[in-house]
Amino acid sequence: MSATALFGQLLLGLINGSFYAMLSLGLAIVFGLLAIVNAAQGAFYMLGAFFAWMLLQYVGIGYWPALILAPLGVAIFGMVMERTLLKRVYNLDHLYGLLLTLGIFQIIQGMFVYWYGTSGQPYNYPYELTGGHNLGFMFMPNYRAWVVVASLVLCFGTWYAIEKTRLGAYLRAATENPMLVRAFGINVPMLVTLSFGAGVALAGIAGVLAAPIYQVNPLMGGNIITVVFAVVVIGGFGSILGSIITGLALGVLEGLSKVFYPEASNMVIFAVMILVLMVKPVGLFGRER
Amino acid sequence: MPEPILEVARLNGWYGESHVLHGVDLKIGQGEVVTIVGRNGVGKTTTLRAIMGILRRREGSVKLFGAETIRMVPEKIAKLGVGYVPEERGIFASLTVTENLFLPPILAPGGMSVDELYTLFPNLKDRGRSQGSKLSGGEQQMLAIARVLRTGARFLILDEPTEGLAPVIVQQIGRVLETIKSKGLTVLLVEQNFRFAAGVADRHYVMESGKIIDVINRSEITEKMERLEAYLGV
Repeated sequence: MSATALFGQLLLGLINGSFYAMLSLGLAIVFGLLAIVNAAQGAFYMLGAFFAWMLLQYVGIGYWPALILAPLGVAIFGMVMERTLLKRVYNLDHLYGLLLTLGIFQIIQGMFVYWYGTSGQPYNYPYELTGGHNLGFMFMPNYRAWVVVASLVLCFGTWYAIEKTRLGAYLRAATENPMLVRAFGINVPMLVTLSFGAGVALAGIAGVLAAPIYQVNPLMGGNIITVVFAVVVIGGFGSILGSIITGLALGVLEGLSKVFYPEASNMVIFAVMILVLMVKPVGLFGRER
Repeated sequence: MPEPILEVARLNGWYGESHVLHGVDLKIGQGEVVTIVGRNGVGKTTTLRAIMGILRRREGSVKLFGAETIRMVPEKIAKLGVGYVPEERGIFASLTVTENLFLPPILAPGGMSVDELYTLFPNLKDRGRSQGSKLSGGEQQMLAIARVLRTGARFLILDEPTEGLAPVIVQQIGRVLETIKSKGLTVLLVEQNFRFAAGVADRHYVMESGKIIDVINRSEITEKMERLEAYLGV
């Protein structure tokens, strides 16, 4: 095994890990505030990638504007869904939210499979980020470096906004006792809608970032979400920092197993999940409720 | 009576299917401190929750500062200038003391400054970075009151501020209420500790089975003490 292969897989692991982190971070925000397990998160990841592709294909709008516009479109779509559908199940058992979002996921994925098939659409790297640098121990493609940096900035920026700012204090307080926060004059229903928008926009951005690396495929959301839910179980549901760290760490672990024992790479995360469930069922960063 | 701040008429309220408030009537004028007294479970806390709009199902009329609020959501009611200190204090465990203090947005000018609040509640001063959950019961109660005094609310609703607290803390909260009153704020207080309530309030509404059954003014307390004790079962 060569060092190049090792570092190459590490980088790819880090990239996948940052996608896991962004998706599970979005899930954590939504779960904290809405008490809904958003099974449609994978669809929003796929929609982010498809919106970027459609912007280029049909309107001629390139990568950089799409990086803003596609997640914005995903957020708006998500917020309409929250206002019209999700709010109807808030007072019911968690299971209803899970089933509803699972159904929404199936509908969205099914429509895109019907329209675009499952072979995948290519999406080119932005011109500015083609090529790469030789770091001596490995060749670092510029676009991959950008994805890792952008994801880390986004994840830790989101963490900072939630843990250290005034808006974040509103969110944390509303997670604990929404009625009391409303009784202080804060519009919590609006806060919930915007947070849902932000949570799914994170998946949308991940989708745009992923589009040039993988193809734009209607099944991409379904493929990633299984792993993301395992990440969420390992990290502990609802933990902000936990979802970021677990996402990145498991991506790297998956990458490493591709080098050292490729046969296990598809199941290593699930093996970790089983171990964690046996030892600490609430997850590594989870707290007993 | 001074300018009315709160006028509650024929207020009915439900928790799910169970009918808890059966036509509550009460009025509070500008600058008054008024209590609702009564035994456990007669609907005192529910009345406060109904006034704040937290109780989902309510009917009748609740006018605050002259505006009908029976169809308003809690955030709109709060914005009229109401500060709410709930039962169990409602300190957010995941927020620091400072974050708790600054959580309620400013509703109107004229609220107390942070310096004034720290003078009034010296115990809170050095606890800014502690998590809300790390405070003692008394400190939590101080914080819950301090946090609404910052907002400029003109009408305060306090639900059992002395519950479970040591006598010296109760005295301290009594002094805080005097300060609040001297600032011309209006207060509606639910209180089990009648001695405490009698010391601060202008008027007492006696509640039983979801209704106001008697009103006792401050001047009448001594002559009506026996009746009151019978109501409260002491």
